[in-house]
Amino acid sequence: MEAAPKPGSGARVKAQGKKQKPRRYWEGETDGASSLSSNSFTTPAPPRGTKRKGEDLLQPRGAKVPKRSKQIQALKSNQNQKHLRSKQNQNHLRLKKDLRPNHKQELRPSGTLSGAQDPFPGPAPVSENAVNKFRRGSSKFVKKHHLKLVTEHKLKAAADEEEETSVRAARAELLLSEEPGFLEGEDGEDTATIRQSDIVEAVDISSAAKHFDLNLYQFGPYRLNYSRTGRHLALGGRRGHVATFDWITKKLMCEINVMEAVRDIRFLHSETLFAVAQKRWLHVYDNQGIELHCVRRCDRITRLEFLPFHFLLATASETGFLTYLDVSVGKIVASLTARAGRLDVMTQNPHNAVIHLGHSNGTVSLWCPAMKEPLVKILCHRGGVRAVAVDSSGTYMATSGLDHQVKIFDLRGKYQPLTSRALPQGAGHLAFSQRGLLAGGMGDVVNIWRGQGQGSFPSFDQPYLTHRLRGHVHGLQFCPFEDVLGAGHSRGFTSILVPGAGEPNFDGLQSNPYRSRKQRQEWEVKALMEKIPAELIDLDPRNLGEIDVISLEQKKKERIERLGFDPEAKALFQPKQKKKGRSSAANLVKRKTKVKDQEHREKVRQSLQQHQEQQQKKKKKLRTPPSPGSRPSALDRFKR
Amino acid sequence: MKGKAPEESSLLALNQQEEVVDLLKDYPLSASEDEEDNDGERKHQKLLETIGRLDGKNRQRLAERSEASLQVSEFSVSTEGTGEKLELAELLAPIKPSSSLGTVKKRLKKVKNKKTVELPLSKEENERIHREAAYNKTSQDMDKWDPVVLKNRRAAQLVFPLEQEQVLDAPIEEVLGAWKARTPLEQEIFNLLHKNKQPLTDPLLTPVEKASLKAMSLEEAKQRRAELQKARALQSYYEAKARRQKKIKSKKFHKVLKKRKAKEVLKQFEKLQKVNPTAALEELEKMEKARMEERMSLKHQNSGKWAKSKAIMAKYDLEARKAMQEQLTKNKELTQKLQVPSDSEHDEDAEEDSTLIPDIVNEVQMSIDGPNPWMQKNRGINTQASHIQKKPVAGEESEPEEEEKAGAEEDALLQEVEERRSLWKGSEVNQGSQKQGLRTKAPKRTEEDKEVLAELRTLSKHINKKAKKVRQVGKQHVSPAPAAPKEPSVQREEQSLLDERPERVQTMEDIESLGMEEVSQEQKQLRPGAERRRQRRQQHNHPEQRSPPKVKQEPMIDLHTIITVKTHKANSSLSFPTIVDEEDCDEEVTQKQIIKEAFAGDDVIADFQKEKCEADKASKPKDIDLSLPGWGQWGGPGLVISARKRRRFLIKAPKATPRKDKCLPNVVISEKRNIQAAAHQVNVLPFPFTHQYQFEETIKTPVGTTWNTQRAFQKLTAPRVVTKPGHIIEPIKEKDVESSSSHLGPPTLQRKAQQHAHHRRRRLKKAP
Repeated sequence: MEAAPKPGSGARVKAQGKKQKPRRYWEGETDGASSLSSNSFTTPAPPRGTKRKGEDLLQPRGAKVPKRSKQIQALKSNQNQKHLRSKQNQNHLRLKKDLRPNHKQELRPSGTLSGAQDPFPGPAPVSENAVNKFRRGSSKFVKKHHLKLVTEHKLKAAADEEEETSVRAARAELLLSEEPGFLEGEDGEDTATIRQSDIVEAVDISSAAKHFDLNLYQFGPYRLNYSRTGRHLALGGRRGHVATFDWITKKLMCEINVMEAVRDIRFLHSETLFAVAQKRWLHVYDNQGIELHCVRRCDRITRLEFLPFHFLLATASETGFLTYLDVSVGKIVASLTARAGRLDVMTQNPHNAVIHLGHSNGTVSLWCPAMKEPLVKILCHRGGVRAVAVDSSGTYMATSGLDHQVKIFDLRGKYQPLTSRALPQGAGHLAFSQRGLLAGGMGDVVNIWRGQGQGSFPSFDQPYLTHRLRGHVHGLQFCPFEDVLGAGHSRGFTSILVPGAGEPNFDGLQSNPYRSRKQRQEWEVKALMEKIPAELIDLDPRNLGEIDVISLEQKKKERIERLGFDPEAKALFQPKQKKKGRSSAANLVKRKTKVKDQEHREKVRQSLQQHQEQQQKKKKKLRTPPSPGSRPSALDRFKR
Repeated sequence: MKGKAPEESSLLALNQQEEVVDLLKDYPLSASEDEEDNDGERKHQKLLETIGRLDGKNRQRLAERSEASLQVSEFSVSTEGTGEKLELAELLAPIKPSSSLGTVKKRLKKVKNKKTVELPLSKEENERIHREAAYNKTSQDMDKWDPVVLKNRRAAQLVFPLEQEQVLDAPIEEVLGAWKARTPLEQEIFNLLHKNKQPLTDPLLTPVEKASLKAMSLEEAKQRRAELQKARALQSYYEAKARRQKKIKSKKFHKVLKKRKAKEVLKQFEKLQKVNPTAALEELEKMEKARMEERMSLKHQNSGKWAKSKAIMAKYDLEARKAMQEQLTKNKELTQKLQVPSDSEHDEDAEEDSTLIPDIVNEVQMSIDGPNPWMQKNRGINTQASHIQKKPVAGEESEPEEEEKAGAEEDALLQEVEERRSLWKGSEVNQGSQKQGLRTKAPKRTEEDKEVLAELRTLSKHINKKAKKVRQVGKQHVSPAPAAPKEPSVQREEQSLLDERPERVQTMEDIESLGMEEVSQEQKQLRPGAERRRQRRQQHNHPEQRSPPKVKQEPMIDLHTIITVKTHKANSSLSFPTIVDEEDCDEEVTQKQIIKEAFAGDDVIADFQKEKCEADKASKPKDIDLSLPGWGQWGGPGLVISARKRRRFLIKAPKATPRKDKCLPNVVISEKRNIQAAAHQVNVLPFPFTHQYQFEETIKTPVGTTWNTQRAFQKLTAPRVVTKPGHIIEPIKEKDVESSSSHLGPPTLQRKAQQHAHHRRRRLKKAP
């Protein structure tokens, strides 16, 4: 390990991306390491906006397998039948892969006007892994017996649709041109020893400009919030200092002093509005610092969270209330009591918009506005919970408590701790980046941990980066779509460069950092139109795609009660009336029992069959691994 | 007497049915009559009867009637054979056979042979039969619609009107490949193409053409385009000029024009005579021929309309007379035989030949003799035209005549432009274009006059005849040739059909296999193995942390272990803050924190356990106790209801489903249902589905643009029915149905449709 890293050791800051990010208008000349801040992408949700633009290019227009060649094949093949089968399979495959419904195109000869042949006929191949990423889970439905033709047709159509859309999406992934970079230590070097100054020296000027320090010692520790596009930054100092600005160009939008204690600050759906939790009430300001609203129903707010797809501002108060305020209509949707005293730890799960509250009794509770009680309560720490953060995929939750522990929990149904670590002072603030880096603020030090691979939780063995601030950390947030971690502290604000933190590809239609005013307005309207009702927030956002079985059964029951009989029940066997004494009571009974026995026999037969099959499977399982009793002998090789 | 006889007999019949007593009573009545002879007999008879009846059975013995006897008593007409039917034969038997009766007999026999008509069916039955028959017939009629209806119901998208004009999006090669020469003219052209070894189908270009196509650079192409543009412009100018000139009505102008042209021709001819005597001779020959032609046409005689009118006017009008005179002189001039100065006998022979043999042959011979610029040019154009018709773009480049004079080139260009235009016009492609080409050729020439025109006319005729000849000859040559390239195409079609069928048939297998594959994919996706491995690894890392099944046994102990997960050791010195400065933090909060920290520990866990127990209890359904105090027992303070009674009136709650957090000691998961969210869920199972998972499968994929690419979104949201504006949507016709059902494809579908129809029929059969 080198004692002092040499200036300009650019080799350490390894840029993985082959393609360079297009130069932005404010950027100066860039050198080779410019892609430090540009990073990639392999998460399951690709930006949609970029995908849309170029998809048409990807649609192959060429004809399929040339027919003539097939003919030749047919002529060549000696075993006709065999060949026919193989050809059928081919067709089958093609049918699956083929996106275009037009079979006519397939019949087209491949020759062009010039007579040239397409060297790569058919659509470009897509890897199965890429397609699987876009599939919507496996089907729970297992086909047991014959279905109605209509049902089968519908199911097949649905399956085809899914296949097609996922293949299309996989094809469009090609358009995600940016790749992430990361820091890599020279043989055995700890990346945590690399200082910000080294990184700043290594990277291009524009990226270096993203590391800066605001010296605001007067107005106390700062809370911060980046807008959803990552372009704007709001700072709220404890002693009333509120400022929003475009942090890349450093252009100030507004700067005011509210003359009151500021506990938290948060942008609403766009950078034109922001909410400030002040000493008594919640205030909403616009981008010029003009106070638009003072929400008196939300008082003594300590923390704010904004749910962008629902247009809900969740507020946690000192009095123990969790209040949801719909900012699009200005209505309080729900006001829930946590019954756990003062609430000052709150975060949202970006996957399902569930609010996580940390309590002083060591639990974290999960809330949605439709339920009066917490959806889940997890006991995380022996002491009170100090900070909670949830990663962008909604899989992992990081918590830190008064017991100096930092833990990572799995949120996929089990809520069990995956890993934990005791820190000497405990982390007061936690934040997940878009690509899954975890930042923890301990006193005046910020540690950043990284996972082994994409989609894995961060490991606490070794910090990826550390940085010492000039004051105690009071707010932490990673900037979206940038490799930047913002840290608000008691002496101002620091922007830290964290290679590989942000998502390299943004969705131009969802959160475009470079959008114009007009685009922003359009987006605003669209977002409002697509606003999700607050009731739909649930632990599993896919619940909406399922049938409500309970009310279905309830309805059925009610109907049966109303009608007096079950219209869908199988009719009982009623023996036919016969003549000439063959419909005597004894005969009737005989016939009835005959039918009954037949049904019973059928059932028994089926169950027997199932049993046999199971046993065979078991046997097979047993047979496949060699029995532990018999040792493998040298003579085994001669066995047939 | 006789009139009384039936009366009597009827009376008798009555009497016979009466009692003996009555008979005895009657007796005096009958006795009052004056027949004494039979009295004794009758009495005897009566007596016998009465005696006979006495034996108990009320037997009736009818009195015998014997008509044949001499003495016929009107009272004793026997009623023998009253129950029997009267038969015709019996009636006819006694009659003596005669000729007139024979026919009657025969007729009667016929009548006898005829069976009796059955009773008509009742009205209801009749109607039922009618209904059934009508139903069967209509259902048969309707059955043929079933496949179409099914197909349309299944279709992802229906575009109305259903039959649309096929948009030709196929490449030109395919179109040409499918196209067959049908009309004789087309066949002839094909023959010509074959002769000239021009490619008929793909790749449509001869190797030379291909090379030239490749060779042409951008600059060349540009130049060529410019040339074409120029030619087009020139042509349009010329056309405009011609149009203007045509409109000029001044006779003087035309006369002058004509004269000028004639002069020019003459001048040229003289020049030609000096330069090229043979050519001049030919020219002369031409002139001669034109003259002959005109002579033959009888143009300048007095038979024309104009001439007749002039003849009438001639009496009074001096000018008219003059005109007539002029015409006459002209006529004379024309009819006069021109003496050609013959150079040699050979020429004369040729002359003779020309008189003998039709002029077409003559022409050919001449062209063999020496180059005939008129002829050659025309022929060149002709071939060119054929090329162009086949392939407008590539035609020109391959032409070696390109490197000629600029004027000629211009000519060709004009020609080509014209050709193209004619092609656009369409129907009269071949002959029309030929003629047009020639016509356009005509105005272009500066030395054009009537003679020339006539000349050209003859030429065109000649070409036509030649073409005919070629056609006749070529038929034998070419007919096998196009068959060869056609065959593969047919085969190809068949192949495609063969290929297509299995694709459709295997729908069922398809679905199954798809399902199988999906399942396998999902399994891959989930990678349970990997998951397990990871879990194992974790267990390795934290041995205290036990797996859920073990937790089940002793959750309370496990909770502690979960809370105290094994900690890592810190090894990075830099990662720890050195200065602990708490002056900035919230004073009260930190104070509280310190206190909490000090007392942190077991109480947290105990609290949580308590909470969990409470939640568990609250979620369990409770028993209902219906026992009333004091009912059948003494009630009051201090008295308890007996256990037996309580047991009797207790309604036990059903067992609760296991809680989701049963195996998770550190978690309390709410069991309450989110009713507000449930309101947004589907709570009915739509029609064709029998299980909820089936339906969920179909609504799994999101439709919006947020989750899909633009194309996929458009496809997913395509309307089910599209109607083209401005088109009349007509109902499906029967003939369309027949055709569509034939290529319906999947036989399973058809079978199903038939079954469906059959089933329906059967069901309805029961109904009437």
